[in-house]
Amino acid sequence: MKMKIFSYPYMLWLAIFIVVPLILVLLYAVTVTEGGSITFTIENLRRFLDPNYIDVLWISIKLALETTVITLILGYPIGMIIAKEKPSRRNTMILLFVIPMWMNFLLRTYAWLTLLGKNGIINYFITLLGFEPMNLLYNDGAVLLGMVYNFLPFMVLPIYSVLAKIDYSLIEAAEDLGANKYQIFTKVTLPLSVPGIITGITMVFMPAVSTFVISRLLGGGQYMLIGNLIEQQFLWVGDWHFGSAISIIMMIFILIAMAITSKFDTQKEGSSGLW
Amino acid sequence: MKKTRILLLIVLVLSVGIALVGCGDDKPTLNVYNWGDYIDPEVINDFEKEFGVKVNYDTFATNEDMYVSIAKGGTNYDVTFPSDYMIERMIAEDLLAKIDKDKIPNLQYIGERYLNLDFDPNNEYSVPYMWGTVGIIYNKKMVDDVVDSWDILWNEKYQGQILMLDSQRESIGVALKKLGYSMNTRNMDELEAAKEELIKQKPLVYAYVGDEVKELMVGEEAALAVVWSGDAVAMIRENENLAYAIPKEGSNIWFDNMVIPKNAPNKELAEEFINFMNRPEIAARNAEYIGYSTPNTQALELLPEELKNSDVAYPSDKAIENTEIFLDVKDVLTIYDNIWLEVKSHR
Repeated sequence: MKMKIFSYPYMLWLAIFIVVPLILVLLYAVTVTEGGSITFTIENLRRFLDPNYIDVLWISIKLALETTVITLILGYPIGMIIAKEKPSRRNTMILLFVIPMWMNFLLRTYAWLTLLGKNGIINYFITLLGFEPMNLLYNDGAVLLGMVYNFLPFMVLPIYSVLAKIDYSLIEAAEDLGANKYQIFTKVTLPLSVPGIITGITMVFMPAVSTFVISRLLGGGQYMLIGNLIEQQFLWVGDWHFGSAISIIMMIFILIAMAITSKFDTQKEGSSGLW
Repeated sequence: MKKTRILLLIVLVLSVGIALVGCGDDKPTLNVYNWGDYIDPEVINDFEKEFGVKVNYDTFATNEDMYVSIAKGGTNYDVTFPSDYMIERMIAEDLLAKIDKDKIPNLQYIGERYLNLDFDPNNEYSVPYMWGTVGIIYNKKMVDDVVDSWDILWNEKYQGQILMLDSQRESIGVALKKLGYSMNTRNMDELEAAKEELIKQKPLVYAYVGDEVKELMVGEEAALAVVWSGDAVAMIRENENLAYAIPKEGSNIWFDNMVIPKNAPNKELAEEFINFMNRPEIAARNAEYIGYSTPNTQALELLPEELKNSDVAYPSDKAIENTEIFLDVKDVLTIYDNIWLEVKSHR
């Protein structure tokens, strides 16, 4: 019973800072102000069906998916390598992995600008080796690099913490029963680490789909992502109604993505679990 | 248990500390809301010392940012620095307080040509701060054509070396001027033509940038860029290969004035500040530091020869004969936004 009383402040916090703002966004999304009076409408949501906006949504989702896949491919082995280390070295490695995150991510993204520039360090070495300087900045690759770089820790950490907790006796048992390394991985390690993968995917995909700073800095403003679109509506046009409508649409897409991943999660556990 | 107690203690000490800092000084405060990188910080220190006040200094990146935070309420700025067309909008929407001219004797130093402009006919609401033009900065080592027209930004020779401003109004304005139209047009055909022009230009553009343009041009990462004249002065100071030109088709001439929002908590102090900023030696120091052009004729005399005679900061009358002041286009803002969206999402 005591715990219940303790939970009230959190409930209040949730209500004030999450539920109420969400309701406000929703209200803005389904209304328009005309000459001081507010009317309900779906015009804001319908306006989004314009091919240009759909295009922006598609590009954002594609970029976020690409980022998620690449961080997963890179992140899983990293998590595994760290989890296999001795506990003392493990902590140092995780610390080294996390330290860059203590810096503001804008600063880290700015650092890429000087690295990738035409007269940047990478091009300096390229010319030193006798090649022509390359165009590294302000293109698709630069944006993707910036996203993967910024979001990789969010993939590695949950995967690592799940892998580190796997009971080693399960792996020993598999070995005793004659499983080879590949079988141990596919039949034991991987299924047990699915919750970590799901968390990682969620934590990368959500910020990746709504980012606008990385694409602006490293993409040279040549990309209009859904985040930029929302920012533009709020700050430039001052159309909070349409801006909120786009936010709602984005939230719906994130929810769908989350539903798919969590479904995948339960299916995995149900049918083709550990045994 | 011991650990939690220590933690509690730390939290307690911190919160008491914060509370003390919060109510520690009861000096009057002035809330200034300015463009980023647009004042000499020393000038603010001097103002604080001389008047025994505290200045809270906040910055914004575009007129629209500033407008939204003032129009939507919840802020309490005493002085802000909008440009011409935004002043027009803010006056129309009754967001600005009338300035008591008797409190601003230094208004006498402001040159005739900067006063009584269309956006504030009797300067009832605004006092000039800086002015300038929009033009092309280019690297003389990398560009061997004569830069005197917007056409050069569409020249395929410079593919991947052109920087545009990441700002709807300016970029669409450039395309309109290139086509010989007014930057304030509301004609849909003309705006449509400007859009086509920008889409045509997109493959040549290296990036659409904001304040980063300074580092990129000084570091010779690009050959040509659309910039504001004051930034050009600052960039040329750091890299002498750079030069600035106002295209012959005409360009935008702009004025940033100091205004007092209607809900300013400390209007008197705000007027004191505006007067202080127009004191010739202060205005000169500030103008020298940021590189923008001062409308204060006495301050102009105090500037170093080099800056005073710079035709980037103080162009001849002939150079600016085709320039236009932006008018507020609030009614067609959505059109501008759609054009920009199409340009940006085109690939």
